[in-house]
Amino acid sequence: MTGHPTFGIGRIRWGWFIVGSLILLLLPAVTSTNTPTLLLIWALFALSLGLLWGFAGILSFGHAAYFGLGAYTYAIGSMNVGESTGPLLLAIVLPAAVAAAIGAMMFYGRISDVYMGVITLVVTLILFKFMSATAGDAYRIGSARLGGFNGIPAFPILNLPGDPSVTVFGTPFYYVVAVALMGCYLLCRWILGSYFGQVLIGIRENEARVELLGYSAPLYKTAIFAISAAMAGLAGCLFANWAEIVTPGVFSLGQSAEVIIWTIVGGLGTLAGPIAGAIVLGYLKLLLGQQTLIDNSLVLGAILVLVVLLLPSGLLPALTRWRERRDLARVSRRQASSTRRRRGQRGDA
Amino acid sequence: MDYAAVVFLEILYMIAFLALTSAGLAVVFGMMRVINLAHGEFVMIGGYTTIFCNRAGLDIWFSMLVLAPLVVGIIGLIVERVVIRHLYGRMIDTMLATWGLSLLMVGLVTLIFGNTAVSVTAPIQSYQVGAYQMGGYNLFIIAIGILVMLLLWLILRYTRVGLVARGAMQNAEIASSLGYNPQRIYMWTFTAGAALSGLAGGVMAPLTGLLPSSGSLYIAKSFITVITGGAAIISGTLGSSIIFGTVNQIVSFGSTPVIGEIAMLALAIILLRLMPQGITGRFFKNST
Repeated sequence: MTGHPTFGIGRIRWGWFIVGSLILLLLPAVTSTNTPTLLLIWALFALSLGLLWGFAGILSFGHAAYFGLGAYTYAIGSMNVGESTGPLLLAIVLPAAVAAAIGAMMFYGRISDVYMGVITLVVTLILFKFMSATAGDAYRIGSARLGGFNGIPAFPILNLPGDPSVTVFGTPFYYVVAVALMGCYLLCRWILGSYFGQVLIGIRENEARVELLGYSAPLYKTAIFAISAAMAGLAGCLFANWAEIVTPGVFSLGQSAEVIIWTIVGGLGTLAGPIAGAIVLGYLKLLLGQQTLIDNSLVLGAILVLVVLLLPSGLLPALTRWRERRDLARVSRRQASSTRRRRGQRGDA
Repeated sequence: MDYAAVVFLEILYMIAFLALTSAGLAVVFGMMRVINLAHGEFVMIGGYTTIFCNRAGLDIWFSMLVLAPLVVGIIGLIVERVVIRHLYGRMIDTMLATWGLSLLMVGLVTLIFGNTAVSVTAPIQSYQVGAYQMGGYNLFIIAIGILVMLLLWLILRYTRVGLVARGAMQNAEIASSLGYNPQRIYMWTFTAGAALSGLAGGVMAPLTGLLPSSGSLYIAKSFITVITGGAAIISGTLGSSIIFGTVNQIVSFGSTPVIGEIAMLALAIILLRLMPQGITGRFFKNST
């Protein structure tokens, strides 16, 4: 993978971060929070894949597995506990643990890109098939019936830690999601700026070289896979709270495809790209869902094909490159004109 | 005894099903190292072609055996020219682009034919095995599966076209220095693979009703069959079809079809972990 050598370790642009935070903070004053909440949850999901794919070079073709695991873990946990704090944490830890196990199997087995794609995809399919077939009383975990294709409805939604009677929904829930997204963004920045993150980027650029320097590539890759899955799990848990029902659809191929499209359209090797991609394309999906003339998957598919063919690294990096080129051109033009002026002066004299 | 015969036939059917629906993907992957995630949609479009040509009054055998491969072959040719040829050597990008194509085709078919299930009745009657009723059409699938594999083997092994194709697959540069244009070989290989997928779709159409999203039923199974099989087209596909078909059906008979499918997928993960180059990367290295 080629890229700007300092991608991911550059300083965070605090100005943009503050502008983004302000927009998120003030948005509820302008519009209802229901749709923005969903878009931010999708953005968090895309961020988790953007971290894994853009910076560690690992493409998970079935990232919906961890999103769905987070959603199901929360639903089952909160039904059994009757309270949300424990299940929320579990919805982060369990996907991470599953990802660590699968990741260790793949990375220590030195499985190549394509086979990794197959394995991640197959894991998602297994979960989808299994969850779709769990109708009936035989399939229950504690007091939660898995419900097969109809999923799990009516589980307790988020509440204030320690006080199950105060539930969080509507605008407060929007703020919870916004804070989760901003927090995860900062966490990603911190990871990428750290020693660990630099080794990861090194692995993406040249795995053999990093290994010869004495780092264990499988260890680092497994770790980032688990971190990314934890974030996807958190997104899934928040999604469960937004939808107030969990169905096997969270494990579907479409879900996996969508998050890949958001990420690649927004831009690989950036963190803001996947967030922006998820928000814009997610909104487009909601708009397309309101009419029946053009199918949503038609548009998404066309976008994916075009981006892979024309902008393989996504919109944001392409934009950055374009801006750099423009600045360079401006500088060289200025230099050229100043030399001309100097020459002209000399000519006059 | 009857029960054993039924189980045996079902296993054979599953093996033929896997081999047939994976053949197109296997040709494209084995020859060109391209993973076509739109394969499932090629199969689905083959099915739609069969059903709608049959509804238009054409003979069903003609629709499934001639028209379905033809239509999907042409679509494959267009796809190769417009998208795939720009992406040779970029495996992950090809997977992404073909995934996009798969969504695009699902959307297009939904747009044209609507999101409703269509079906056609099987042209062969069922028959009795002792106390059990068996679909006669399954026998036809088994026969077609054997025939397709045999034909593929004969073409690759004993014809000039097969020789050139295998040569280009082993070393594209030498093939091109001998006067064969690899671009052209890739183009026709992809077209042939698509036509095979279309044939599979046409033949399977009477057994499974079709929806625009039916492609996803095939893609996962074909995908694991081909990847687990490895680079050798025929022995790889046959080998993994036999393993997966047997496991799937035996577990299905012991529990439920869903558990059978999950067992097959889980086995695929284990096999890939043990043999990252596929079965034929480990055994039968010099086979076709």
